[in-house]
Amino acid sequence: MATPLVVSDVAKSFTMHLRDGIKLPVVAGVSFSIRSGECAVLGGPSGAGKSSILKMLYGNYAVDAGQIIVQHEDGLIDLATASPRTVLAVRRLTIGYVSQFLRTVPRVSALDVVAEPLVERGEDREVARNKARALLAQLNLPEKLWMLPPATFSGGEQQRVNIARGFITEHPILLLDEPTASLDASNRDVVIALIAAKKAAGVALLGIFHDHDVREAVADRVIDVTAFAAGKTAA
Amino acid sequence: MSDEPLLRVSALSKFYGSRVGCENVTFDLWPGEVLAVVGESGSGKTTLLNCLSTRLLPSSGTATYRMRDGQFRELYRMSEADRRFLMRTDWGFVHQNPADGLRMTVSAGANVGERLMAVGDRHYGKIRATAVDWLSRVEIDEDRIDDEPRSFSGGMRQRLQIARNLVTGPRLVFMDEPTGGLDVSVQARLLDLLRGLVTDLGLAAIVVTHDLAVARLLSQRMMVMKDGRVVESGLTDRVLDDPRAPYTQLLVSSILQV
Repeated sequence: MATPLVVSDVAKSFTMHLRDGIKLPVVAGVSFSIRSGECAVLGGPSGAGKSSILKMLYGNYAVDAGQIIVQHEDGLIDLATASPRTVLAVRRLTIGYVSQFLRTVPRVSALDVVAEPLVERGEDREVARNKARALLAQLNLPEKLWMLPPATFSGGEQQRVNIARGFITEHPILLLDEPTASLDASNRDVVIALIAAKKAAGVALLGIFHDHDVREAVADRVIDVTAFAAGKTAA
Repeated sequence: MSDEPLLRVSALSKFYGSRVGCENVTFDLWPGEVLAVVGESGSGKTTLLNCLSTRLLPSSGTATYRMRDGQFRELYRMSEADRRFLMRTDWGFVHQNPADGLRMTVSAGANVGERLMAVGDRHYGKIRATAVDWLSRVEIDEDRIDDEPRSFSGGMRQRLQIARNLVTGPRLVFMDEPTGGLDVSVQARLLDLLRGLVTDLGLAAIVVTHDLAVARLLSQRMMVMKDGRVVESGLTDRVLDDPRAPYTQLLVSSILQV
């Protein structure tokens, strides 16, 4: 099996310049890899650095040290040192991300929020919208909401829009930050089915799931983040 | 996506006597990319914008622009006439105050049509039809086409200024605080409009703003300036979610939560 994502010896800390430059170590020595067709889960208590790891993999947090090697188009790229332009291309084509919260844009409808990542990849807008409709229906989002901007939706409705947006493309790597946190049981099952379909399609998935049932259902293995606690490894 | 940048800026500096306007600014801008330049007033961001758009000449440094024929030309070595032609056709400049970018005493339609005539359009019917089309794209009713912008609200004037700038199909647009001085609801509408136009037209843009929320919504990349220097740059969400420079941390931590 292909291994499209290899993380080696990654470290992250925050330097708080407004508080006399104190340094908050987050993680160090982070090393793991994800194969195509598997779903790995980051495990560990809150504050262990699970979200920080996902954000580094998406280029949203800077990396202090180490490498994040991603198979992008026909080559390998180190995301830890890639230029902003390269990171944008990786996000468009290679790494998808479902965040915990939807960042809404005024006046853009839920349907277009979901269709946007496909349009950015060059898909025809109507084709993208049709796919978006199918996904929103699968996630049981009431049709009367589709043409409304999601800013006023409930937490669970927003999260379903966010999930549809993340799952609509065929990115070979997909990062999931608690995608089921505010969903009811039936919609959780839909997400589990969507994840299973991605696995079958050969996507490499890495996620954070606090929900025990979801984790049991989707995880092929658990990566224990407490092993990467900063300070545990020789700095 | 093209493999060559649209604009290459290298070690650009502008001094006003012994005072620093901006110092040693270097970056590349690719087609379709929106770069936000943020910082508080006096940080040099407007000086930088004015140098890039050749409204000011820098003290040192170079900026090369890829013309429509694919040739790179050094902006500060072009003749005044060539620069003006570029400004009229391939570039746009959206001022904070619409009165600086519009002709307030001619009609809205003429404001849009004038830029078309500057690129050689002469057919009245065609010009008017294009003007109507652009007014509707910026959500101004067709029946306002013969009104002077003096009678428009601030938000409408700003939308008209945008139409006037985009009608010639520019590849690069400079914006100086495009939403400054507008009510928040008007601002949201304008931002959404700008965001849509930039995506649909594949424009490259350099947006100067002190509003980090505006930068987050419009730009993919960001430069943070302080005292004329770039203190931090990178992907917009990276700079805002994981600010590294002390000054950026101060800016981000100063945002009021709503």
